[in-house]
Formats: sequence, C-alpha cells, structure tokens
Amino acid sequence: MTDATAEGGAGHGGAGQGSLLARDTRTARRNAAESRFKLYGLIAVCIGIAMLVLLLTSILMNGLSSFQQTRLQIMVELPEDKLDKSGVRDPEVMSKVTTFGYAPLLRDGLEATIAEAGIETDLSAKDAADLISDESVAQLRNMVLANPDLVGQTIPVEVLASGRIDGYYKGRVTMASAELDSNISPEQLVLADQLKAAGKLSTSFNWSFFTAPDASDTRPEAAGLGVAILGSLYMMLIVLCLALPIGVAASIYLEEFAPQNRWTDLIEVNISNLAAVPSIVFGILGLAIFINFAGLPQSAPIVGGLVLTLMTLPTIIIATRAALKAVPPSIRDAALGLGASKMQSVFHHVLPLAMPGILTGTIIGLAQALGETAPLLLIGMVAFVREYPESPLDGGLFDPATALPVQVYNWTQRSDPAFVERASGAIITLLLFLLVMNLTAIFLRRKFERRW
Amino acid sequence: MSINKATVSALAIVAVTATAAAARDQVQVAGSSTVLPYASIVAEAFGENFDFPTPVVESGGSSAGLKRFCEGVGENTIDIANASRAIRDSEVEACAAAGVTDIIEVRIGYDGIVFASQQDGPAFTEFTPSHWYMALAAQIPGEDGTLADNRVANWSEVDESLPDAEILAFIPGTKHGTREVFEEKVILQGCEDTGAMERMMSGGMDEDAVEEACMSIRADGASVDIDGDYTETLARIESNANGVGVFGLAFYENNTDKLKVATMEGVTPSTETISSGEYPVSRPLYFYIKKAHIGAIPGLKEFAEFFVSDDIAGPDGPLSEYGLVADPELAETQATVSEETPMQ
Repeated sequence: MTDATAEGGAGHGGAGQGSLLARDTRTARRNAAESRFKLYGLIAVCIGIAMLVLLLTSILMNGLSSFQQTRLQIMVELPEDKLDKSGVRDPEVMSKVTTFGYAPLLRDGLEATIAEAGIETDLSAKDAADLISDESVAQLRNMVLANPDLVGQTIPVEVLASGRIDGYYKGRVTMASAELDSNISPEQLVLADQLKAAGKLSTSFNWSFFTAPDASDTRPEAAGLGVAILGSLYMMLIVLCLALPIGVAASIYLEEFAPQNRWTDLIEVNISNLAAVPSIVFGILGLAIFINFAGLPQSAPIVGGLVLTLMTLPTIIIATRAALKAVPPSIRDAALGLGASKMQSVFHHVLPLAMPGILTGTIIGLAQALGETAPLLLIGMVAFVREYPESPLDGGLFDPATALPVQVYNWTQRSDPAFVERASGAIITLLLFLLVMNLTAIFLRRKFERRW
Repeated sequence: MSINKATVSALAIVAVTATAAAARDQVQVAGSSTVLPYASIVAEAFGENFDFPTPVVESGGSSAGLKRFCEGVGENTIDIANASRAIRDSEVEACAAAGVTDIIEVRIGYDGIVFASQQDGPAFTEFTPSHWYMALAAQIPGEDGTLADNRVANWSEVDESLPDAEILAFIPGTKHGTREVFEEKVILQGCEDTGAMERMMSGGMDEDAVEEACMSIRADGASVDIDGDYTETLARIESNANGVGVFGLAFYENNTDKLKVATMEGVTPSTETISSGEYPVSRPLYFYIKKAHIGAIPGLKEFAEFFVSDDIAGPDGPLSEYGLVADPELAETQATVSEETPMQ
C-alpha cells in the first residue's frame, strides 16, 4: 500500500510521466504477465476438469447399467417324486437333490410360462432355458430347503435373466452381435422380447448388486458386492480402532512431551519417509509378520486391517501433529499458568481444539486405505470369496473376505463382457463411499475448526 | 473420553488377535489364472450343494501358487494349488524340503489355445505353425544355416495365402504358462516344419542352441508381449485391425461376437477337435492336493471329488460348457482322487 502511494507521489513529481490514470509500459507488462499467468492456471484447471469428466463419463456410461437388472417371472412346479421321494419333508433328506436336479424343473417352468403367455417359438426347451441365469437353480433349491412345504405346489418364482439377455436390454448385446455370439442367438432375443411384451420379463433396480456375494464367470448377472463391502467395512473398523489411538498418542507425545533431540528428529524423518513408501511393501511385511510369523489366517480382514493400519499411521501422525501445532501456544501457557499440569493442559485444552484437524486427517487416511489393492494382493484377499464373514463379535474378522478395490480388479480380469459393467458399477460404488468420507471430512473442518 | 474408549477397543482387538487360533473350516485354493474360472465355477456349485463353506480361490499364476503350496503343511498354507502346467521336479523337491511330501496330482482337462483377430479386420482365417515361425522368429537361418535377422514385415510375405497386412501379434508374456505352450507347440513346430531346424543342425549348431534359436521371438515391435490377461489382449485387438492375438479357448468362446478365430493346419479349435487331438495347440490343466490336509480341512476331499465328477468335469458339465476340454481319461482321475493316490 505504502509503496503504491510513494510510487504515485514520485510519478507526479517526475517529468509528466507515470500518471495513475495513464498506464506506463512497465505496468502494462506486469499486468500482461499477471493475466497470462491467470490464463495458464485456468488452462491447467480446465485440463484437469476435462480429464475428470472423461473418466467419470466413461465409468458412468459403462457402469450405471449395473444398477439395473433384468428378471423373469415364471411359474415352477415342484413335483414330490423328484424333490422328496420319502415324503417326510425333511430338509436334511431333501438336500440330497443337488442343483442339477432342479435345472429340469426351471426348464419345464419356463416352457409352461411361454405356453401360457401364448408365445410360439421354435426354440428347444434347452435353448429357451438359456434365458435363465444359472444362479436360479441354487435360488430355487434354497427356497425349497428353507420351506419344504412348497414341494407339491406350483409357485411363482422371480429369477435372474442370463447375462446376455440382461445385456440386450442394456444395449450391450444387439441382434447383430447375437448373430456372431456362440452364447446367444437372435431367436432367443426375440423370445425375450415376446416375454417382455407378455409382462413376464422386466428390468428393475438391482439391490442385490450391493448385497449378493461374488459369482463365478458363468453368472455375471448374479455377481454382487456384498462380501467386498463387508470386508472393506471390517478393515476400516480395524484401521480406525488401531490407527487413530496409536497415531494420536504418538503425535501428542512427539509434539507436546518429547525432548527435541537427534532421536526425535530421526523418528520424524522416518515417519515422513514411511508415508511415501509404496503400499506393496506393507503387504510384504504383513505376509511375513502377521501370516507367516504370528500365524493369522490368510484372506482375513484382520490381516488386511493391520496392514492398512501400518500404511495409514504416518498419514494420521502427520495430520495430527499439524493440527496440534496449529493450536496457539497462548492456550497452553494460560492453562499452565492457572496451575494445570502438562497433561491436563494437553487433554483438556489443546486436544479438543485440535480434534477437527485430527478427524479430517484420519478420514483422509481411511479413504486412502479404502482404495488400496496392492498390499491385499500378498495376504490372499484378492480372491474369489462367496461366503459372508460372520459378525465381528463372532470372529468374523478372521473369516475370508475381499475388499471393494479388489473386486474391481477381479472383475476386470473375467472373460465375460458383462463383467466390464459390473466392474464399472463397483468403481462407482467405491467413488460414492470416498465422496461421502471426504465430504464428512470437509464438513467437520468447516463446522468445528477455529481460527486464531 | 473418546480416546480412552478407542484405546480399550484397540486393546480388545489385540486381545482377540492373540487368542485367535480358530480352525480354518473352508478350503483354500491358489494358483493359475487359467484354472481360476473353472475352480470358481466348481467352488460356487460346491458351496451350493454341500454343507461345507464355499472354498476361497485365489489367482496369481501357476508358479506363485505352487510356491505357496510348497511352503509347508498346516492351516496357514493353502490346500490346493492350481496349475496350467505339470509340477516341476524342482518344485517337488522344494515341497519335500518344507515337509509337503504326499501330493495328489489331478488333471482336470485340457485348455485350447487359439489365434483370433478382430471381426472386421483382415481375413486371418488359416494359420500353420510355419506361418508363425516365419513371422515371429527373431532370426531365421539362410540356406547354409547361418542366422540372419527376421525382417519380414507383412503376413503376405510369409505366405501368399495370408492377407496383405502388417505383422502385429499380441502374445502372452513370458510369465504366463500359455507362452511356453505357444513356443513349444507352435513356434518350435514351425521351426521344424519349415526345415529351419535341419538347416541350423547342418550349419553345425548343437541341439540346445538350435532349440533356443528356434524359440526366440523377435523384439522389433512385430510381436507384443501381453503381461496382463486376455482382457488386455482383447482391448489391443479391438484397437488394432491388423492385430492377431493368442487367447484361451474359453475366453474366445465368451467373446465370439468380437473375435474371429483362425484354424490351425485346417482344424477349427473347439472342445471336440481338441479332445480328439486334431487341433494341435492345447495343454493339460492340473490341480495339486496336499494329502496331509485331507481330513484336517473339512470338505477338501469332497471338493476334489466334486471337481472331477462327471456332473462337473464331464463333457456335458458346466466346465465343458465354459470352454474346458473334458479329459477322456476322467474315470482314472476320479479313481486317483477317491483313493488319494499320491504322485510318484
């Protein structure tokens, strides 16, 4: 401010040049440089946004359809002589009939449904049955075993349509591609259209995408994120319960109590260093220590959680120390001056004020851990897991599970093109989780942060 | 205070961790990514039909799987290793050194390797091993057996029956088991068929050197190693009209709307032609069971028996439907599993 007035004053004293109203060449150059810089900045931001938009559109274009699912409504007869010869309706005995025994029932059921709807088709019963997902046999068997009294009745069942039929209603499969496809024929698509017209086939929201477990390569339509979401949740729980207290305790000690000497410097350098170590290194460490030495089970969220805790700790420590540093020394001095002990001043005054910063750091650390795949590769979590883990109280942390990013990786490797859609759907789900976490972090900072 | 609560819960977790020695109740499988889809199909059906939990199947490659298999016996080691090749002697020794002695070898069937290109691309419909050798060998011997760099740039230069298109092949990287089969059954065969092998021999090279010279692939960009999986090869084929890729039969059968398959020596690849032996490029797929774990891990033997049962691995089973070539000697394999006969 003072510079400007001084310059202005000097200009007036000069030989008619440097008027505040008429810009001289130097000011013009400076202003031009400034607007150029602003332009560069704007271009940089635009490139960033363009990339993001490109990424998001490609993911959304591929993945949004995974939240919709095509299903068939058919009537299935459950004959006693096939399912329960003994007639005692004992699930134990009835479980002798495997899913292979249920396949003909579904085939007949679909045939009857087609006939009932008055649809004429040249397809054999076997080809028509290709419209139904392989998952349905297990679905039907579980239904019957859960309620043995159904045997002998004809019941309505809603079954998944097979991946190719589902793809047809999502634009992935067309009549032209079906012509070349060995897994589906145009006649089958025509039949699907006829069933749709008769109200036996419909597309609706796909809740099971979030609750169902993974499915094998032959049933992309049944694959869901249930186990992966649970696994990720368990791991985040472990990371939160371990990394937050350890990280905060370490930072409080280092920031408030530790003497400043060569040792604390060394520790500080190491923490910053660890924050930048590639995550796969933590996976190798986890395999060596937690599985091979401590004997913890493979593929279990407990090991994944411990490994991710190690990975997240430096991030939390660095964020916590920054938050503690930001609390003005006057607060500490005032507390100490009123006779509080060092510990009382920290826990009663400094820590509550630093809390928003600590929580923000923790959430960002958790978000980073949530998206991590590499360390899980080595501890057996990149796997095909279909059983839900038990609740954490029943030792569920030791049951096999996968994680969200792992599921994305797994699905991109599958040969059926329907898994491309599933993988993109999983990415969208993962992004939503991350968005919620980061929004929470911003909210906490805005709401509770105090500035001095 | 929240800090106290957090500390208590952390301590609780650590305590639980310390007391955790819970017995594993599900089968653990790891290994070849080629066998993975088959193993997961079987695991899924097994979980549906038996009271045992669904086995956990990991991929990671045959060698990595066998390495973990040979780490030792116990609940923290895997029960089954999938492999797209037979176990090597060195691996059997490593296993024995770690206490894994009785290994049951189970051959589940055969996997065909096919050559395919874009639907709308040039007409790559007929290949022979000689074509591939002439197109991809790093060095080709002249009349007198001296090696000269392979400078062929166009398929039509290799053979007039092939389309006039630049040579661009996407072949599996060296870490894949498929690469070994490709080299041995296609390139080496081609080397022999074209007479190149004979010329090198008469040029004074010894047998090992000849084999090595035959199987070295050019590195000037005409051949691209794909270290990822077939989805990557497919993506490369889709963006390169002239590209020809190496795929597994099962992968091709799931993507017939995008890929056009070529015959090998006039034979179209299919589960039938591979099982009859007419189509030359195929390999057996295996899994290996730790005999010591049978009885200790619930469901292990049942899973293995279910895997090779006629309902699953037979010619009409779900594995065959997915692209596995059923083993004509399946009955013997079933006997091996039920009698738990270890390999010699």
